Amino acid sequence: MTDPAKPVATAAHDPAWEARYHRIGFIVMLAILVVAPMVVYPVFLMKALCFALFACAFNLLLGFGGLLSFGHAMFLGSAGYLAAQSAKVWGFPTELAILTGMGAATVLGFFAGLLAIRRQGIYFAMITLALAQMVFFYALQAPFTGGEDGLQGVPRGKFLGMIDLHDNLVMYYFVLAIFSAGFLLIYRIIHSPYGQVLKAIRDNEPRAISLGYRTERFKLAAFVLSAALAGLAGATKAMVFQLASLTDVHWSMSGEVVLMTLLGGMGTVFGPVAGAFVIASMEHYLSDLGAWVTIAQGIIFVVCVLAFRRGIMGELEAWLRNRRR
Amino acid sequence: MSEIFGVPTQALFGQLLIGLINGSFYALLSLGLAVIFGLLNIINFTHGAQYMMGAFVAYFLAHKAGLGYWWALVIVPLAVGATGMVIERLMLSRLYKLDHLYGLLLTFGLALIIEGSFRHQFGSAGLPYSMPEDLTGAFNLGFMFLPKYRAWVIGSSLVICLGTWFMIERTKLGAYLRAATENPSLVQAFGVNVPRMITLTYGFGVGLAALAGVFAAPIYQVAPQMGSSLIIVVFAVVVIGGMGSILGSVITGFGLGVVEGLTKVFYPEASNTVIFVIMAIVLMIRPQGLFGQR
Repeated sequence: MTDPAKPVATAAHDPAWEARYHRIGFIVMLAILVVAPMVVYPVFLMKALCFALFACAFNLLLGFGGLLSFGHAMFLGSAGYLAAQSAKVWGFPTELAILTGMGAATVLGFFAGLLAIRRQGIYFAMITLALAQMVFFYALQAPFTGGEDGLQGVPRGKFLGMIDLHDNLVMYYFVLAIFSAGFLLIYRIIHSPYGQVLKAIRDNEPRAISLGYRTERFKLAAFVLSAALAGLAGATKAMVFQLASLTDVHWSMSGEVVLMTLLGGMGTVFGPVAGAFVIASMEHYLSDLGAWVTIAQGIIFVVCVLAFRRGIMGELEAWLRNRRR
Repeated sequence: MSEIFGVPTQALFGQLLIGLINGSFYALLSLGLAVIFGLLNIINFTHGAQYMMGAFVAYFLAHKAGLGYWWALVIVPLAVGATGMVIERLMLSRLYKLDHLYGLLLTFGLALIIEGSFRHQFGSAGLPYSMPEDLTGAFNLGFMFLPKYRAWVIGSSLVICLGTWFMIERTKLGAYLRAATENPSLVQAFGVNVPRMITLTYGFGVGLAALAGVFAAPIYQVAPQMGSSLIIVVFAVVVIGGMGSILGSVITGFGLGVVEGLTKVFYPEASNTVIFVIMAIVLMIRPQGLFGQR
């Protein structure tokens, strides 16, 4: 399958340059994020960071596994519900509540993945979308989720029982730490031998099978990892906003994460982060315009697919590469 | 009052009827998706939005142009189908050489644009569309009352589905279509204008969705979000049926509508999710779908 979605893999390959680019990129990104709350409202930044982690997790599956899930909101949302429930009702400490949410998403990811990887391509997308809709209806009707109201007033708690997280700035650095850990983990996964096999499956599954790889296991593992990290983002988001609601399990959230990844650049390391910040700021600053946000998102989708398939970071990387020659 | 399995027959037949109505929409929409997918290899995410457009155009025709239901049945599929053909020419046709997923993403974006525009213009509240006068009232079948309009919807969508099946499987035009599905370049070499055929096919599928929208307008409220939740269920229907066979998607559509209706009687909590559960079971037992080929 030839696919221009993966420009990074097909362009001239120079691991040493790539490693340096990624290292510098990460340091710059981290430096900006450390200083950012001095300038920008921390709660908005936290939301963007949660979306960024969510999009990175999604990109692990789409950009590096070639699997388009249209139901990733089910992991974000269910992790949020479980984290909120365990922190509020069961009285778990913050870290444990987040891990509980992440665990729930992992289990859900395992079963959803088992079903979804039985089909490929477009069917895979439709199946994940349908499964996510099932989770949405469950969340709408289940007694503990609070239906339309969601789970409100979730306590943020204290980090390690000592540092109070109700201060937004403290919470911001807590979220930044979680994001960085998730980001680095994904980076590590992509560049491990496992990640190489995953990319091989993405580029040519029959050949990977003929080389003796049990491709369905690799794909399932990618799906579960992606679900778990999406869950980490969802659980963190629930703690930040002290709320778990239906928005996070709705199909439009699944669409949004696709949009963030597409806009930022599928299969690039930093793309999803860039895409998430753009989409989150669009929603934040255009929120008064109501339906125009949906229209704008649709237009971005169309433009990206027709003319801008490499996304922001994909274009930037291509430009940097060209300049070196 | 008589009962079956502890459920009053009146309620049972009532839900069965609603199931058949929903089933006609599932069948019409999944049929359109299957026809489009066969030739274009694209899953048309805009299908739900085009169904919604169908209902809205029928509403405009009635309120702005004074053209009633019967006119709408003819004009709406043609008009919305024409917008579909423009979309195909301007956008979709650029994607055929790429991965199929791009078609899904593009049509998803278009669905957002269309739905957002209608929501911006008309808000989320539904608009009423009155039933055509010839079809008000009901037949008394002895054991239940069958509203005329519902009988009309079920009957005519059956006729349309079977007509589409006949056209594709039994006519010369259908033979070209099936040949182009198998091998477009060979068919083109025989002098058939395949790109135009693709455009018309997309227009036809979109027209079917718009027609379903007209059927739906008097039953449901005409509202911008009427398509998006429906289309997800239709996707599940398509996964269950498999897109290999036209007749298969019709049978699956009606069958699942009935199953959903029965679930509403016997276990109402699951009525929203039963189709997704069936999808999961089908995927475990027969991943290619009930009527799909490997």
